[in-house]
Amino acid sequence: MDFQTFLQQFVNALSLGSLYALIAIGYTMVYGILRLINFAHGDVFMVGGYLAFFGISSFLIPWWLAFALAIVLTTAFGVGLERVAYRPLRDSPRISIMISAIGASFLIENLAIVLFDARPKAFPVAEFFAKNYVIGGVYVAGISLLIPIVTAVLLAVLLWIVNRTKTGMAMRAVSTDIDAARLMAIDVNRIVSITFAIGSALAAIGGIMWALKYPRLEPLMGIMPGLKCFIAAVVGGIGSIAGAVLGGLLLGMVELMTVAFLPELTGYKDAFAFILLIVVLLVKPTGLLGKNQGEKV
Amino acid sequence: MKKRFSLLTLAAMMAAGISLVGCSGSGSTDKNVIKIGVFQPLTGANGAGGAAEYEGTKLANKLFPEVLGKKIQLVVVDNKSDKVEAANAATVLAQKEKVNAVIGSWGSSLSMSGGPIFAEAKIPAVAVSATNPNVTKGNEFYFRVCFLDPFQGTVGAAYAFNTLKAKKVAIIREVSNDYSVGLAKFFVDEFVKLSGNKNAIVATADYNTGDQDFSAQLTNLKQFEPDVIFAPGNYTESALIIKQARALGIKAQFIGGDTWDESSFLTVGGSAVEGAVFSTFFANDKPINKTSEAFLKAYREEFKKEPAAGSALGYDAYLVILDAIKRANSAEPQKIRDALAKTKGFEGSAGEITINAERNADKAAVFKTVKDGKFVFLTTVKP
Repeated sequence: MDFQTFLQQFVNALSLGSLYALIAIGYTMVYGILRLINFAHGDVFMVGGYLAFFGISSFLIPWWLAFALAIVLTTAFGVGLERVAYRPLRDSPRISIMISAIGASFLIENLAIVLFDARPKAFPVAEFFAKNYVIGGVYVAGISLLIPIVTAVLLAVLLWIVNRTKTGMAMRAVSTDIDAARLMAIDVNRIVSITFAIGSALAAIGGIMWALKYPRLEPLMGIMPGLKCFIAAVVGGIGSIAGAVLGGLLLGMVELMTVAFLPELTGYKDAFAFILLIVVLLVKPTGLLGKNQGEKV
Repeated sequence: MKKRFSLLTLAAMMAAGISLVGCSGSGSTDKNVIKIGVFQPLTGANGAGGAAEYEGTKLANKLFPEVLGKKIQLVVVDNKSDKVEAANAATVLAQKEKVNAVIGSWGSSLSMSGGPIFAEAKIPAVAVSATNPNVTKGNEFYFRVCFLDPFQGTVGAAYAFNTLKAKKVAIIREVSNDYSVGLAKFFVDEFVKLSGNKNAIVATADYNTGDQDFSAQLTNLKQFEPDVIFAPGNYTESALIIKQARALGIKAQFIGGDTWDESSFLTVGGSAVEGAVFSTFFANDKPINKTSEAFLKAYREEFKKEPAAGSALGYDAYLVILDAIKRANSAEPQKIRDALAKTKGFEGSAGEITINAERNADKAAVFKTVKDGKFVFLTTVKP
């Protein structure tokens, strides 16, 4: 493999990895606050992609407006999901709320099959994103350049919110001890809703970015990215925002480099993602950037 | 020597035929009617497919109602998309109706249900669009007028070598899909044979069903600078592959199979799939030969809609049997069978048909390309 090919593969991996990172942040946020693995996250991601699609294709509104509306609506959808499926179970055993999350995931997927039709839809990609750039012999699609930037900006914004604002402080408090936080007059429901709003907005942005990069929508499109990004979040240290980004980038690298260097093993590409998860969990159970928090009693 | 031998066999066969006609009670009861059984699912899950094929057969019967001075009567039985019902329906055709030949069925498993019954009754059957190899395998009385899926790999290679003059070819296949792997294998075998160069296949890449990112595989292929990339697979993955290949600056010609013949291929692929070429069963935007022209005209007049590939093949199945009866100069089932087995270069509406030793059709495949966001007929390619 010559250097230029390697560079191309590196760029491919970076672009895929930052997309994973973007979605993984949403997982990690919700987990950090509620200790809940939101299995429906991948489906919220799918809803975001479809809403943007309907905005552009059915209502013929400009793409930027469609994207903004899709993000707002998906956010509302995510907050609503928390209200209906998770909040009533907040004081139940954790296994119940997890089963509720799995149920919600199946419900959304199957509703999408009924409402959106199971046949794949082509996502209309604006000329602006479809443009290709050649930099030093390396081909980069416009959208592949955009994704790492979007991820970096969102990462900075999130770190600022969590560490520098009052809401962020409340989030951290809820994350540490939900009952103590309530005693300190923190409106836990509001903080949880805000967390879900942020997580769902990230899923919507991820869904739109995904649809721009791979312009094919189908109701089950969220399952595999959802699973992969969950792995990314766990590898990076679930609950840690920077860890999710690191995990996403790492996962993208592992996947692409497997195919690049070991083409015979392409069929096992997804298996390598899971092997990475197992290895990290064996060596460092809290994930790469995870803090060791004692089991809460 | 060879000629004398064939004359001799012909004479022997004719003698045998005369003696058979003389004493056997098989064939139609009315001496002036030849019965062709239509063995199709007209109701149930496969009803639409069966109906499309039957439309083609019915049209052919309307246009060519007679052979050897006898009237041809279609005997329609509905196998109800059910394997057990199919066996019953086949028995009705073979024993009660005593048909001379059978057309059908849509769906390989339904055809296989009827297969042993037709074989036992020594009645030749012609499957229309059943693609499972087991339909004709080991059954001396079952034929088909469509090609088997992997056969498209063979014509794809012929197109790449003869028309595109390709020297270096790369393959990208869906490794978990028999269709894709089969096409790729036939393509490689044929291309190596045609070019006489074992290294003509410069690279092979795999992907899994449902994958969306192919950039790593494509970057690997790009290093080898292939002239042609053969990419048999589902239309959505294939469209994404071509799109991503163009984004990586790969200029190679893409070739695929009939799975691309689907409008989503165009919408997902957009401008990237312009010029992509694939083999398929049938073209209706442009007649490919005289039979096709007559079929398209008659079909549109009769049914006021565009024909499906199944209808064209249903039409061809009838004509192939008619042709066999003419060549056999007899409507005796055994003789029709023997004549069917010798079908060579028959001009059907969906391409020329030659029945090979496995009783499958070696036929020219239709090639289409994408032009201005539409599928257009390009050429036909013989194996």
